[in-house]
Amino acid sequence: MPERIRHVPLDLEKVKPSKVEIHLIKDECKGCGYCIEYCPKKVLEESEEINARGVHPPRVVDESKCINCSFCSIVCPDFAIFVIEKKNKEEK
Amino acid sequence: MIQETAQVTLHPFSKYLREDMMPHIWCQGCGNGVLVNAFVHALDELQTDLDKLVVVSGIGCIGRTAGYMNVDSFHTTHGRALPFATGVKLANPELEVVVISGDGDLFAIGGNHFIHAARRNIGIKVLCANNLNYGMTGGQQGPTTPLESVTTTSPYGNIEHPFNLVHLAAASGATYVARWTSLHVRRLTQSIKKMLQKEGFCFVEMLSPCPEIYGRYNKMRSGLEMMSWFKRASVVESFSDPSKADITKERIVVGEFVDIEKLGYEKLLHELISKINEKAMDRVS
Amino acid sequence: MKTALTGAHFLNGDVACAEGAIAAGCRFFAGYPITPATEIAEHLSQRMPEFGGIYIQMEDEIASMAAIIGASYSGLKAMTATSGPGFSLMQENIGLAVMTEAPCVIVDVMRGGPSTGQPTLPGQQDVMQAKWGSHGDYGIIAMTPSSVQEMFDLTVEAFNLSEVYRVPTLLMGDEIVGHMWEKVIIPSPDKIKIQNRKKPTSRPEEYLPFKPDDDLVPPMACFGEGYRFHATGLTHNEHGYPKTSSSEVQSRLVRRLVDKVQKNADKIIRVEEVMLKDADIVVVAYGIVARAALSAIRKAREKGIKAGLLRLITLWPFPEKHVAKVAESARAIVVPEMNCGQMVREVERAAKETPVAFLSKLGEDPHTPMEILEVIRRSK
Repeated sequence: MPERIRHVPLDLEKVKPSKVEIHLIKDECKGCGYCIEYCPKKVLEESEEINARGVHPPRVVDESKCINCSFCSIVCPDFAIFVIEKKNKEEK
Repeated sequence: MIQETAQVTLHPFSKYLREDMMPHIWCQGCGNGVLVNAFVHALDELQTDLDKLVVVSGIGCIGRTAGYMNVDSFHTTHGRALPFATGVKLANPELEVVVISGDGDLFAIGGNHFIHAARRNIGIKVLCANNLNYGMTGGQQGPTTPLESVTTTSPYGNIEHPFNLVHLAAASGATYVARWTSLHVRRLTQSIKKMLQKEGFCFVEMLSPCPEIYGRYNKMRSGLEMMSWFKRASVVESFSDPSKADITKERIVVGEFVDIEKLGYEKLLHELISKINEKAMDRVS
Repeated sequence: MKTALTGAHFLNGDVACAEGAIAAGCRFFAGYPITPATEIAEHLSQRMPEFGGIYIQMEDEIASMAAIIGASYSGLKAMTATSGPGFSLMQENIGLAVMTEAPCVIVDVMRGGPSTGQPTLPGQQDVMQAKWGSHGDYGIIAMTPSSVQEMFDLTVEAFNLSEVYRVPTLLMGDEIVGHMWEKVIIPSPDKIKIQNRKKPTSRPEEYLPFKPDDDLVPPMACFGEGYRFHATGLTHNEHGYPKTSSSEVQSRLVRRLVDKVQKNADKIIRVEEVMLKDADIVVVAYGIVARAALSAIRKAREKGIKAGLLRLITLWPFPEKHVAKVAESARAIVVPEMNCGQMVREVERAAKETPVAFLSKLGEDPHTPMEILEVIRRSK
């Protein structure tokens, strides 16, 4: 997917993207590929392993790239992936 | 780091679903799960009182939604979700009544009920998963099947013009009409949120991939291929003329089409009852 | 301000039925105009709002039936009224009401059929349809009034039965009883017996919406009470969840729906017995025809024939025990009906060896007492 957004936010130095945890319920995944294909940061890819349904669930390539857009959480037809925002240590 | 969670109960939205009914019966890549997911996200953002939510669905793959949601729910006969929901809503206007059904259920057998429910402007919210065919029964043509599409009952290509659902809903009097695809998940969620906070009859259509059946018969053999059709062809033209909101191979017009204020039926009924009872009081005194 | 009608009034049958509904606590009516039941809708369109109730004219009878099931599930007592053609349209959703055990009342003011038939003339041609009209096996309750007073009384009773047994209850009137004017005595509200559906005593987490009590009827929660239950027209288990592949669930559910009415039949059935003790010839009749039958047996007695009348008030479940008892002592049974032979089949089945004479009449007039008397005389 081409990166269409080229502008840089004015407060980029002040605001840090929060840390996230990507959770995968592997055996619920039916391997549709929506999360992998449409993640804006290409955080996911198809794994080698086979789950209980006989498909390849996704695996995280680099969790630090995730921007918590929650696209994968909403688009998953099987409720098999969700992202939780971890509060930054300073904010706690 | 990924944490493997073996139980559905740890999913933050599992409280919206009946865990003892999971996993659902929908196919790989089916858009129904996406619609339910977006709906549940909208409910969560609004912190809707689940004890006051009633989900009514008709017959079809999407019709199973009522069974999966952890709220008061009812699965009606084919096409009759809207009149049933009318009874529910009028009997208790405090309830939030959402009809989640499919293109065939709402617009073929249920077509008459749809236009009248919209005309009356009863405060029912309708979510339509439009997968362009009758999926549950094996992929027959339906009222939204595009021209030339192959289905099990149009093996030579469909020769019927399909409905333009947003045009139909707008013409029937709905106060909020939107169409998105299963790719536009965030905008779909926002539309559902808007719908739930609006008075009157609202309609949101989600173009839904049916890769196992419709897609397979029409050269889009996987969910990803259907989604890539949505991505390639979708254009957001909010508040454009609904009658021109086509769905073709080259062009899928999405967006919000109607967002108006119109007196809801329940309000008019309440005013009527108050007025009559006042008059009766005058008569006695 | 609500003012329930009480005292002696001169009403037509349809209006009496509508007032009966209000007296019973009905606060939701969804219907569609159809001769000869339209007056029920018209009267309720005026009266319902006076009680804070809802009158809605739906787009067709199918929608009317669906709407009353919805209102019932939202906690209101709900009713619809129609005639033959509309009754046919409602059948699928009557099945839904049976399957989801929704209390509701359906009034069928019968007219000449089949199809569009004779909208302004009477008939008794829908009585078998009352039991078998929807697909599948099920139990249902149907009653038939013979007078305007009964149009009031039986409507109240229909609501009570539908609430107690969680089953759609049919009131099979006819065009004459619906349109004629007679004196009706309406008791004051505190003197009218009202029964309501059983509510669950368990906590929401433990509630099983289709788990029956010993009387085969499950307690009923309503939408919005926090029970978060599911109901479906698909074959379902006690949770209400669809179980479309289990023979065991199908058998258990369907047999219970049939037994719910059948095994409680003794508590449901009502008949009127006139001069049956020593009767040689018994007329088994219902509805408007029973009025002529009553006159006929009196005339027969004057002529020295020991005639009696078993008037069926409940049509379904069929009062077979009452008919069988009558058949034991009577020499012959006469069944006059305004159709080509419907309830007479049930009478024959229950009467076994006792000969049954059937008198059919179609069209504007019900049987005259003389016509029935003639058959009584010939059966002697």
